[in-house]
Amino acid sequence: MIVAESKPLTEVANLIDNAKKVLIVGCSGCVTVCMSGGQKEVGILASKLRLLRKKEGNPLETVEVTLTRQCDPEYVETLKKYVTDDIDVIISMACGVGVQFLAERYNKWVVPGLNTKFAGGTTEHGVWEERCGLCGECILYKTGGICPIIRCSKSLLNGPCGGSQEGKCEINSEIPCAWQLIYDRMQALGRLDLLMEIQPPKDWSKSRDGGLRKVVREDVKLDE
Amino acid sequence: MNNSKMQQLLSQGKFLVTGEIGPPKHANPERIIKHATELKDYVDAINLTDNQTAVVRLSSIAASVHVLQAGVEPIMQMTVRDRNRIALQSDLLGAYSLGIRNVLCLSGDHQSFGNHPMAKNVHDVDSIQLIQIVKNLRDKKIFSCGEELKGQEPRFFIGAAANPFADPFEFRVLRLEKKINAGADFIQTQVVFDMERFEQFMAMVRKRGLHKEAYIIAGVMPLKSARAAKFMQQSVAGITVPEDIIKRMERADDPKQEGIAICVEQIKHLQKIEGVAGVHIMAVMWEDIIPTIVKEAGLHNR
Repeated sequence: MIVAESKPLTEVANLIDNAKKVLIVGCSGCVTVCMSGGQKEVGILASKLRLLRKKEGNPLETVEVTLTRQCDPEYVETLKKYVTDDIDVIISMACGVGVQFLAERYNKWVVPGLNTKFAGGTTEHGVWEERCGLCGECILYKTGGICPIIRCSKSLLNGPCGGSQEGKCEINSEIPCAWQLIYDRMQALGRLDLLMEIQPPKDWSKSRDGGLRKVVREDVKLDE
Repeated sequence: MNNSKMQQLLSQGKFLVTGEIGPPKHANPERIIKHATELKDYVDAINLTDNQTAVVRLSSIAASVHVLQAGVEPIMQMTVRDRNRIALQSDLLGAYSLGIRNVLCLSGDHQSFGNHPMAKNVHDVDSIQLIQIVKNLRDKKIFSCGEELKGQEPRFFIGAAANPFADPFEFRVLRLEKKINAGADFIQTQVVFDMERFEQFMAMVRKRGLHKEAYIIAGVMPLKSARAAKFMQQSVAGITVPEDIIKRMERADDPKQEGIAICVEQIKHLQKIEGVAGVHIMAVMWEDIIPTIVKEAGLHNR
Protein backbone atom coordinates (compact mmCIF):
# COMPACT_ATOMS: atom_id res chain seq x y z
CA MET A 1 0.00 0.00 0.00
CA ILE A 2 0.90 3.66 -0.19
CA VAL A 3 1.97 4.70 3.32
CA ALA A 4 1.39 8.27 4.44
CA GLU A 5 1.44 10.21 7.68
CA SER A 6 -0.30 13.37 8.89
CA LYS A 7 1.30 16.72 8.40
CA PRO A 8 1.71 18.58 11.71
CA LEU A 9 -1.45 20.48 12.72
CA THR A 10 0.27 23.87 12.63
CA GLU A 11 1.42 23.23 9.08
CA VAL A 12 -2.10 22.33 7.93
CA ALA A 13 -3.46 25.38 9.77
CA ASN A 14 -0.99 27.54 7.83
CA LEU A 15 -1.88 25.86 4.55
CA ILE A 16 -5.56 26.82 4.87
CA ASP A 17 -4.54 30.34 5.85
CA ASN A 18 -7.60 32.40 6.68
CA ALA A 19 -10.21 30.12 5.11
CA LYS A 20 -13.69 30.29 6.65
CA LYS A 21 -14.96 26.97 5.37
CA VAL A 22 -12.91 23.94 4.41
CA LEU A 23 -13.83 20.62 2.86
CA ILE A 24 -11.75 17.82 4.38
CA VAL A 25 -11.69 14.76 2.14
CA GLY A 26 -10.57 11.35 3.38
CA CYS A 27 -9.84 8.21 1.40
CA SER A 28 -10.91 4.67 2.25
CA GLY A 29 -7.95 3.12 0.43
CA CYS A 30 -4.36 2.76 1.60
CA VAL A 31 -4.41 5.74 3.97
CA THR A 32 -7.31 4.24 5.91
CA VAL A 33 -5.34 1.01 6.33
CA CYS A 34 -2.26 2.89 7.50
CA MET A 35 -4.41 5.03 9.77
CA SER A 36 -3.54 8.43 8.41
CA GLY A 37 -6.32 9.63 6.11
CA GLY A 38 -9.49 7.62 6.67
CA GLN A 39 -12.85 8.74 8.05
CA LYS A 40 -11.56 8.66 11.61
CA GLU A 41 -8.52 10.82 10.88
CA VAL A 42 -10.67 13.26 8.87
CA GLY A 43 -12.86 13.72 11.95
CA ILE A 44 -9.86 14.24 14.22
CA LEU A 45 -8.23 16.82 11.93
CA ALA A 46 -11.55 18.68 11.52
CA SER A 47 -12.10 18.99 15.26
CA LYS A 48 -8.49 19.99 15.95
CA LEU A 49 -8.63 22.71 13.30
CA ARG A 50 -11.97 24.01 14.60
CA LEU A 51 -10.65 24.07 18.15
CA LEU A 52 -7.48 25.89 17.15
CA ARG A 53 -9.41 28.52 15.21
CA LYS A 54 -11.95 28.91 18.01
CA LYS A 55 -9.10 29.70 20.41
CA GLU A 56 -7.82 32.27 17.93
CA GLY A 57 -11.28 33.83 17.74
CA ASN A 58 -11.53 33.03 14.06
CA PRO A 59 -14.03 30.17 13.84
CA LEU A 60 -13.73 27.63 11.06
CA GLU A 61 -16.50 25.64 9.43
CA THR A 62 -15.61 22.15 8.26
CA VAL A 63 -17.30 19.69 5.93
CA GLU A 64 -16.06 16.10 6.21
CA VAL A 65 -16.37 13.54 3.45
CA THR A 66 -14.51 10.27 2.91
CA LEU A 67 -14.44 8.81 -0.61
CA THR A 68 -14.05 5.14 -1.47
CA ARG A 69 -10.86 6.06 -3.37
CA GLN A 70 -9.45 9.43 -4.35
CA CYS A 71 -7.33 7.88 -7.11
CA ASP A 72 -10.43 7.04 -9.14
CA PRO A 73 -12.35 9.70 -11.13
CA GLU A 74 -15.60 7.83 -10.57
CA TYR A 75 -15.41 8.42 -6.81
CA VAL A 76 -13.87 11.88 -7.14
CA GLU A 77 -17.01 12.84 -9.10
CA THR A 78 -19.22 11.94 -6.13
CA LEU A 79 -17.60 14.78 -4.19
CA LYS A 80 -19.24 17.33 -6.51
CA LYS A 81 -22.24 18.07 -4.29
CA TYR A 82 -19.97 19.06 -1.40
CA VAL A 83 -17.78 21.40 -3.45
CA THR A 84 -20.05 24.39 -3.01
CA ASP A 85 -19.17 28.03 -3.75
CA ASP A 86 -18.53 28.82 -0.09
CA ILE A 87 -15.74 26.23 0.24
CA ASP A 88 -12.48 28.20 0.43
CA VAL A 89 -10.04 25.30 0.59
CA ILE A 90 -10.15 21.52 0.07
CA ILE A 91 -7.83 19.47 2.29
CA SER A 92 -7.13 16.09 0.73
CA MET A 93 -6.20 13.43 3.25
CA ALA A 94 -5.18 10.95 0.58
CA CYS A 95 -1.75 10.26 -0.87
CA GLY A 96 -0.32 12.65 -3.44
CA VAL A 97 -2.37 10.95 -6.13
CA GLY A 98 -5.63 11.85 -4.39
CA VAL A 99 -4.56 15.47 -3.88
CA GLN A 100 -3.86 15.79 -7.61
CA PHE A 101 -7.03 14.04 -8.73
CA LEU A 102 -9.09 16.46 -6.62
CA ALA A 103 -7.13 19.46 -7.92
CA GLU A 104 -7.58 18.29 -11.51
CA ARG A 105 -11.33 17.91 -11.09
CA TYR A 106 -12.27 20.92 -8.95
CA ASN A 107 -11.50 24.56 -9.46
CA LYS A 108 -10.59 25.10 -5.80
CA TRP A 109 -7.43 25.59 -3.77
CA VAL A 110 -6.50 22.00 -2.82
CA VAL A 111 -3.86 21.32 -0.15
CA PRO A 112 -2.39 18.05 1.16
CA GLY A 113 -3.15 17.01 4.73
CA LEU A 114 -0.62 14.17 4.63
CA ASN A 115 2.97 13.52 3.68
CA THR A 116 3.06 10.56 1.30
CA LYS A 117 5.96 8.38 2.41
CA PHE A 118 6.43 5.21 0.39
CA ALA A 119 5.06 1.93 -0.95
CA GLY A 120 5.28 -0.51 1.91
CA GLY A 121 3.47 -2.56 4.48
CA THR A 122 2.89 -3.16 8.17
CA THR A 123 5.63 -5.06 9.99
CA GLU A 124 4.10 -4.77 13.44
CA HIS A 125 1.15 -2.87 14.84
CA GLY A 126 1.94 0.82 14.40
CA VAL A 127 5.03 0.26 12.24
CA TRP A 128 5.13 0.54 8.45
CA GLU A 129 8.19 -0.17 6.34
CA GLU A 130 9.14 0.61 2.77
CA ARG A 131 9.48 -2.31 0.40
CA CYS A 132 9.14 -1.09 -3.18
CA GLY A 133 10.95 1.73 -4.98
CA LEU A 134 8.46 1.73 -7.87
CA CYS A 135 11.42 1.67 -10.27
CA GLY A 136 9.41 0.35 -13.17
CA GLU A 137 11.41 -2.80 -13.90
CA CYS A 138 11.34 -5.41 -11.19
CA ILE A 139 14.58 -7.25 -10.48
CA LEU A 140 13.47 -9.11 -7.35
CA TYR A 141 14.03 -12.44 -9.11
CA LYS A 142 17.75 -11.65 -9.09
CA THR A 143 18.03 -10.90 -5.41
CA GLY A 144 15.96 -13.54 -3.68
CA GLY A 145 12.93 -11.31 -3.28
CA ILE A 146 14.71 -8.51 -1.39
CA CYS A 147 14.90 -5.14 -3.15
CA PRO A 148 18.36 -3.50 -3.17
CA ILE A 149 17.07 -0.47 -5.07
CA ILE A 150 15.08 0.79 -2.13
CA ARG A 151 16.44 -1.15 0.83
CA CYS A 152 20.13 -0.50 0.20
CA SER A 153 20.87 3.13 1.02
CA LYS A 154 23.11 3.34 -2.04
CA SER A 155 20.87 1.23 -4.34
CA LEU A 156 23.82 -1.03 -5.09
CA LEU A 157 23.16 -3.84 -7.55
CA ASN A 158 26.34 -5.88 -7.17
CA GLY A 159 26.69 -6.58 -3.47
CA PRO A 160 27.29 -4.77 -0.19
CA CYS A 161 29.50 -1.69 0.13
CA GLY A 162 32.33 -1.55 2.66
CA GLY A 163 30.06 -0.11 5.32
CA SER A 164 28.07 -3.26 6.03
CA GLN A 165 28.84 -4.45 9.53
CA GLU A 166 27.18 -7.10 11.65
CA GLY A 167 24.19 -7.06 9.35
CA LYS A 168 23.59 -3.34 9.67
CA CYS A 169 23.83 -0.46 7.22
CA GLU A 170 26.59 2.09 7.79
CA ILE A 171 24.15 4.96 7.96
CA ASN A 172 22.14 3.71 10.92
CA SER A 173 22.39 0.69 13.19
CA GLU A 174 18.57 0.40 13.07
CA ILE A 175 18.63 -0.29 9.33
CA PRO A 176 19.42 -3.84 8.22
CA CYS A 177 21.95 -4.09 5.40
CA ALA A 178 19.87 -5.19 2.39
CA TRP A 179 22.84 -7.02 0.92
CA GLN A 180 23.43 -8.99 4.12
CA LEU A 181 19.77 -10.06 3.91
CA ILE A 182 20.17 -10.94 0.23
CA TYR A 183 23.39 -12.86 0.90
CA ASP A 184 21.86 -14.85 3.76
CA ARG A 185 18.79 -15.70 1.74
CA MET A 186 20.68 -16.69 -1.39
CA GLN A 187 22.95 -18.86 0.71
CA ALA A 188 19.98 -20.53 2.39
CA LEU A 189 18.41 -21.16 -1.02
CA GLY A 190 21.70 -22.41 -2.50
CA ARG A 191 21.76 -19.66 -5.13
CA LEU A 192 24.93 -17.73 -4.23
CA ASP A 193 26.16 -18.28 -7.79
CA LEU A 194 23.59 -15.73 -8.98
CA LEU A 195 25.32 -13.02 -6.95
CA MET A 196 28.54 -13.52 -8.91
CA GLU A 197 26.93 -12.26 -12.12
CA ILE A 198 27.82 -8.64 -12.76
CA GLN A 199 24.59 -6.71 -12.99
CA PRO A 200 24.75 -4.00 -15.66
CA PRO A 201 23.72 -0.40 -14.97
CA LYS A 202 19.99 -0.15 -14.48
CA ASP A 203 17.72 1.38 -17.09
CA TRP A 204 16.39 4.29 -15.05
CA SER A 205 14.33 5.53 -18.01
CA LYS A 206 11.70 3.09 -16.75
CA SER A 207 11.79 4.77 -13.35
CA ARG A 208 10.84 8.31 -12.35
CA ASP A 209 13.37 10.06 -14.55
CA GLY A 210 11.21 10.47 -17.64
CA GLY A 211 8.33 12.59 -16.41
CA LEU A 212 4.89 11.15 -15.81
CA ARG A 213 4.70 7.40 -16.41
CA LYS A 214 1.67 5.77 -17.93
CA VAL A 215 0.38 2.22 -18.20
CA VAL A 216 -2.00 1.61 -21.09
CA ARG A 217 -3.92 -1.66 -21.31
CA GLU A 218 -5.66 -2.01 -24.65
CA ASP A 219 -7.38 -5.15 -23.42
CA VAL A 220 -9.27 -3.33 -20.70
CA LYS A 221 -9.83 0.00 -22.47
CA LEU A 222 -13.45 0.77 -23.35
CA ASP A 223 -14.10 1.21 -27.06
CA GLU A 224 -15.60 4.55 -27.96
CA MET B 1 50.41 9.31 -24.31
CA ASN B 2 52.24 8.42 -21.10
CA ASN B 3 51.08 5.36 -19.26
CA SER B 4 50.58 4.89 -15.57
CA LYS B 5 53.92 4.91 -13.77
CA MET B 6 52.35 3.02 -10.94
CA GLN B 7 51.32 0.24 -13.32
CA GLN B 8 54.91 0.00 -14.60
CA LEU B 9 56.33 -0.27 -11.10
CA LEU B 10 53.85 -2.94 -10.10
CA SER B 11 54.50 -4.96 -13.23
CA GLN B 12 58.21 -4.82 -12.42
CA GLY B 13 57.41 -6.41 -9.09
CA LYS B 14 58.24 -3.37 -6.99
CA PHE B 15 56.55 -3.20 -3.58
CA LEU B 16 54.43 -0.11 -4.03
CA VAL B 17 53.89 2.68 -1.51
CA THR B 18 50.98 5.05 -1.98
CA GLY B 19 49.89 7.95 0.16
CA GLU B 20 46.70 9.93 0.42
CA ILE B 21 45.77 13.60 0.52
CA GLY B 22 42.33 14.87 1.43
CA PRO B 23 41.70 18.06 -0.58
CA PRO B 24 40.78 21.19 1.40
CA LYS B 25 37.34 22.70 2.02
CA HIS B 26 38.35 25.81 0.09
CA ALA B 27 39.79 26.83 -3.25
CA ASN B 28 43.44 27.25 -2.29
CA PRO B 29 45.64 24.35 -3.49
CA GLU B 30 48.78 25.34 -1.52
CA ARG B 31 48.46 22.59 1.07
CA ILE B 32 47.97 19.89 -1.57
CA ILE B 33 51.09 21.07 -3.39
CA LYS B 34 53.06 21.28 -0.12
CA HIS B 35 52.13 17.71 0.89
CA ALA B 36 52.77 16.36 -2.59
CA THR B 37 56.21 17.95 -2.60
CA GLU B 38 57.00 16.53 0.86
CA LEU B 39 55.88 13.04 -0.18
CA LYS B 40 57.47 13.09 -3.61
CA ASP B 41 60.54 11.01 -2.72
CA TYR B 42 58.72 8.64 -0.41
CA VAL B 43 55.65 7.39 -2.26
CA ASP B 44 55.02 6.09 -5.76
CA ALA B 45 51.59 7.65 -6.08
CA ILE B 46 49.09 9.67 -4.05
CA ASN B 47 45.35 9.15 -3.76
CA LEU B 48 43.17 12.24 -3.93
CA THR B 49 39.89 11.67 -2.21
CA ASP B 50 36.56 12.56 -3.82
CA ASN B 51 34.57 14.58 -1.26
CA GLN B 52 35.37 12.05 1.44
CA THR B 53 32.79 11.51 4.17
CA ALA B 54 30.46 13.39 1.81
CA VAL B 55 31.89 16.76 2.80
CA VAL B 56 32.29 19.29 -0.01
CA ARG B 57 35.96 19.72 -0.87
CA LEU B 58 38.14 20.78 -3.78
CA SER B 59 37.48 18.22 -6.51
CA SER B 60 39.61 15.10 -6.85
CA ILE B 61 40.28 15.89 -10.52
CA ALA B 62 41.66 19.34 -9.75
CA ALA B 63 43.60 18.04 -6.74
CA SER B 64 45.09 15.28 -8.95
CA VAL B 65 46.28 17.89 -11.43
CA HIS B 66 47.97 19.89 -8.64
CA VAL B 67 49.75 16.72 -7.48
CA LEU B 68 50.78 15.90 -11.02
CA GLN B 69 52.23 19.38 -11.47
CA ALA B 70 54.17 18.91 -8.23
CA GLY B 71 55.81 15.89 -9.86
CA VAL B 72 53.92 13.04 -8.21
CA GLU B 73 51.63 10.51 -9.82
CA PRO B 74 48.01 10.93 -8.72
CA ILE B 75 45.39 8.24 -8.13
CA MET B 76 42.10 10.04 -8.68
CA GLN B 77 39.31 8.69 -6.51
CA MET B 78 35.91 8.72 -8.11
CA THR B 79 32.66 7.95 -6.30
CA VAL B 80 29.28 7.18 -7.84
CA ARG B 81 27.47 9.08 -5.10
CA ASP B 82 27.37 12.50 -6.75
CA ARG B 83 27.49 11.88 -10.49
CA ASN B 84 25.45 9.89 -12.96
CA ARG B 85 26.95 7.91 -15.85
CA ILE B 86 26.99 11.01 -18.06
CA ALA B 87 29.01 13.09 -15.59
CA LEU B 88 31.27 10.16 -14.62
CA GLN B 89 32.26 9.44 -18.22
CA SER B 90 32.68 13.13 -18.99
CA ASP B 91 34.99 13.53 -15.98
CA LEU B 92 36.96 10.43 -16.99
CA LEU B 93 37.61 11.93 -20.41
CA GLY B 94 38.50 15.27 -18.85
CA ALA B 95 40.78 13.74 -16.22
CA TYR B 96 42.67 11.71 -18.80
CA SER B 97 43.11 14.78 -21.00
CA LEU B 98 44.73 16.50 -18.00
CA GLY B 99 47.29 13.71 -17.60
CA ILE B 100 45.65 11.62 -14.88
CA ARG B 101 46.30 7.92 -15.45
CA ASN B 102 44.97 6.10 -12.37
CA VAL B 103 41.41 6.01 -11.11
CA LEU B 104 40.01 4.37 -7.99
CA CYS B 105 36.32 3.51 -8.43
CA LEU B 106 34.25 3.78 -5.25
CA SER B 107 30.66 3.82 -4.00
CA GLY B 108 31.40 6.78 -1.72
CA ASP B 109 30.43 7.48 1.86
CA HIS B 110 26.71 8.04 2.28
CA GLN B 111 25.66 11.69 2.19
CA SER B 112 24.13 11.40 5.66
CA PHE B 113 27.69 11.44 7.10
CA GLY B 114 28.61 14.71 5.47
CA ASN B 115 27.81 18.39 5.64
CA HIS B 116 24.92 18.19 3.18
CA PRO B 117 22.82 15.34 4.58
CA MET B 118 19.77 16.73 2.79
CA ALA B 119 21.37 16.18 -0.63
CA LYS B 120 19.88 13.74 -3.13
CA ASN B 121 22.34 10.93 -3.78
CA VAL B 122 22.79 9.72 -7.32
CA HIS B 123 23.90 6.07 -7.38
CA ASP B 124 22.90 5.79 -11.02
CA VAL B 125 25.59 3.11 -11.31
CA ASP B 126 27.44 1.25 -8.56
CA SER B 127 31.21 0.96 -8.11
CA ILE B 128 31.44 -2.35 -9.99
CA GLN B 129 29.50 -0.91 -12.90
CA LEU B 130 31.84 2.11 -12.88
CA ILE B 131 34.85 -0.23 -13.12
CA GLN B 132 33.22 -1.84 -16.13
CA ILE B 133 32.52 1.56 -17.70
CA VAL B 134 36.18 2.63 -17.31
CA LYS B 135 37.35 -0.70 -18.74
CA ASN B 136 34.99 -0.55 -21.72
CA LEU B 137 36.08 3.00 -22.50
CA ARG B 138 39.69 1.82 -22.48
CA ASP B 139 39.57 -1.67 -24.00
CA LYS B 140 36.48 -1.62 -26.21
CA LYS B 141 36.38 2.11 -26.92
CA ILE B 142 32.67 2.23 -26.15
CA PHE B 143 30.60 4.42 -23.88
CA SER B 144 28.26 2.95 -21.29
CA CYS B 145 25.38 3.22 -23.79
CA GLY B 146 27.28 1.10 -26.32
CA GLU B 147 28.13 3.99 -28.62
CA GLU B 148 31.60 3.93 -30.12
CA LEU B 149 34.22 6.35 -28.80
CA LYS B 150 35.89 7.86 -31.83
CA GLY B 151 39.30 9.33 -31.14
CA GLN B 152 41.59 9.08 -28.12
CA GLU B 153 40.19 6.72 -25.50
CA PRO B 154 41.02 7.25 -21.81
CA ARG B 155 43.53 4.53 -20.90
CA PHE B 156 43.23 4.38 -17.14
CA PHE B 157 44.91 1.96 -14.76
CA ILE B 158 41.77 0.88 -12.93
CA GLY B 159 41.54 0.60 -9.19
CA ALA B 160 38.88 -0.64 -6.81
CA ALA B 161 38.50 -0.87 -3.05
CA ALA B 162 38.10 -3.97 -0.92
CA ASN B 163 37.12 -4.08 2.71
CA PRO B 164 38.11 -7.35 4.39
CA PHE B 165 36.64 -6.06 7.66
CA ALA B 166 33.08 -5.52 6.52
CA ASP B 167 30.37 -8.15 6.44
CA PRO B 168 29.31 -10.64 5.20
CA PHE B 169 32.95 -11.75 5.51
CA GLU B 170 32.71 -14.71 3.12
CA PHE B 171 31.23 -12.47 0.44
CA ARG B 172 34.11 -9.99 0.66
CA VAL B 173 36.42 -12.17 -1.39
CA LEU B 174 33.66 -12.93 -3.90
CA ARG B 175 32.98 -9.22 -4.24
CA LEU B 176 36.70 -8.63 -4.82
CA GLU B 177 36.54 -11.29 -7.53
CA LYS B 178 33.55 -9.52 -9.08
CA LYS B 179 35.51 -6.26 -9.14
CA ILE B 180 38.44 -7.99 -10.83
CA ASN B 181 36.09 -9.64 -13.32
CA ALA B 182 34.60 -6.22 -14.02
CA GLY B 183 38.06 -4.87 -14.86
CA ALA B 184 39.94 -3.79 -11.74
CA ASP B 185 43.72 -3.85 -12.25
CA PHE B 186 44.64 -2.90 -8.70
CA ILE B 187 42.93 -3.00 -5.33
CA GLN B 188 43.42 -0.74 -2.33
CA THR B 189 42.07 -2.22 0.86
CA GLN B 190 40.47 -0.64 3.88
CA VAL B 191 42.86 0.15 6.72
CA VAL B 192 44.26 -3.05 8.22
CA PHE B 193 44.43 -3.18 12.02
CA ASP B 194 43.14 -6.71 12.51
CA MET B 195 46.04 -8.62 10.95
CA GLU B 196 44.55 -12.02 11.77
CA ARG B 197 41.41 -11.31 9.79
CA PHE B 198 43.45 -9.84 6.96
CA GLU B 199 45.62 -12.97 6.80
CA GLN B 200 42.44 -15.03 6.63
CA PHE B 201 41.15 -12.81 3.84
CA MET B 202 44.40 -13.09 1.88
CA ALA B 203 44.37 -16.87 2.25
CA MET B 204 40.93 -16.89 0.62
CA VAL B 205 42.20 -14.48 -2.06
CA ARG B 206 45.14 -16.78 -2.85
CA LYS B 207 42.90 -19.83 -2.91
CA ARG B 208 40.93 -18.21 -5.71
CA GLY B 209 44.11 -16.98 -7.42
CA LEU B 210 42.95 -13.38 -7.26
CA HIS B 211 46.35 -11.99 -6.22
CA LYS B 212 47.60 -13.02 -9.65
CA GLU B 213 44.83 -11.17 -11.46
CA ALA B 214 45.10 -7.81 -9.70
CA TYR B 215 47.67 -6.01 -7.55
CA ILE B 216 46.48 -5.90 -3.97
CA ILE B 217 47.68 -2.90 -1.98
CA ALA B 218 46.95 -3.08 1.73
CA GLY B 219 45.80 0.01 3.61
CA VAL B 220 47.50 1.14 6.83
CA MET B 221 46.97 4.11 9.10
CA PRO B 222 49.18 5.53 11.86
CA LEU B 223 47.18 6.14 15.03
CA LYS B 224 47.77 9.39 16.90
CA SER B 225 46.23 8.49 20.25
CA ALA B 226 44.28 5.85 22.15
CA ARG B 227 41.23 8.04 21.72
CA ALA B 228 41.64 8.03 17.95
CA ALA B 229 42.00 4.23 18.05
CA LYS B 230 38.80 3.88 20.07
CA PHE B 231 36.97 6.23 17.75
CA MET B 232 38.01 4.12 14.76
CA GLN B 233 36.93 0.99 16.60
CA GLN B 234 33.53 2.26 17.66
CA SER B 235 32.42 4.92 15.23
CA VAL B 236 33.86 4.30 11.78
CA ALA B 237 31.80 1.92 9.66
CA GLY B 238 33.83 -0.85 8.08
CA ILE B 239 36.92 -0.59 10.29
CA THR B 240 37.83 -2.95 13.12
CA VAL B 241 40.57 -2.23 15.67
CA PRO B 242 41.65 -5.14 17.90
CA GLU B 243 41.83 -4.62 21.67
CA ASP B 244 45.59 -5.22 21.88
CA ILE B 245 46.23 -2.21 19.64
CA ILE B 246 43.99 -0.05 21.82
CA LYS B 247 45.86 -1.28 24.93
CA ARG B 248 49.26 -0.58 23.37
CA MET B 249 48.15 2.96 22.55
CA GLU B 250 46.77 3.45 26.08
CA ARG B 251 49.97 2.21 27.75
CA ALA B 252 52.33 4.22 25.55
CA ASP B 253 54.23 7.18 27.07
CA ASP B 254 54.37 8.77 23.63
CA PRO B 255 51.23 7.64 21.80
CA LYS B 256 52.21 9.26 18.49
CA GLN B 257 55.53 7.40 18.53
CA GLU B 258 53.72 4.18 19.41
CA GLY B 259 51.25 4.76 16.58
CA ILE B 260 54.12 5.12 14.13
CA ALA B 261 55.80 2.00 15.55
CA ILE B 262 52.61 -0.05 15.16
CA CYS B 263 52.17 1.20 11.60
CA VAL B 264 55.77 0.30 10.70
CA GLU B 265 55.37 -3.19 12.22
CA GLN B 266 52.21 -3.67 10.21
CA ILE B 267 53.90 -2.63 6.97
CA LYS B 268 56.74 -5.07 7.64
CA HIS B 269 54.23 -7.81 8.35
CA LEU B 270 52.20 -7.02 5.22
CA GLN B 271 55.34 -7.18 3.06
CA LYS B 272 55.70 -10.82 4.02
CA ILE B 273 52.17 -11.82 3.06
CA GLU B 274 52.05 -13.52 -0.31
CA GLY B 275 49.91 -11.55 -2.73
CA VAL B 276 50.31 -8.14 -1.10
CA ALA B 277 51.78 -5.88 -3.77
CA GLY B 278 52.19 -2.73 -1.72
CA VAL B 279 50.89 -0.54 1.07
CA HIS B 280 48.62 2.45 1.01
CA ILE B 281 49.37 4.80 3.89
CA MET B 282 46.32 6.76 4.94
CA ALA B 283 47.41 9.57 7.22
CA VAL B 284 44.81 12.19 6.44
CA MET B 285 45.45 15.32 8.56
CA TRP B 286 48.87 13.81 9.38
CA GLU B 287 50.32 13.60 5.88
CA ASP B 288 53.76 14.88 6.96
CA ILE B 289 54.37 11.71 8.99
CA ILE B 290 54.42 9.53 5.85
CA PRO B 291 58.17 10.06 5.08
CA THR B 292 59.08 8.94 8.63
CA ILE B 293 56.97 5.79 8.31
CA VAL B 294 58.37 4.98 4.87
CA LYS B 295 61.95 5.41 6.14
CA GLU B 296 61.39 3.36 9.29
CA ALA B 297 59.75 0.60 7.28
CA GLY B 298 62.86 0.48 5.11
CA LEU B 299 60.93 1.34 1.99
CA HIS B 300 62.83 4.52 1.20
CA ASN B 301 65.18 4.38 -1.79
CA ARG B 302 64.03 0.96 -2.80
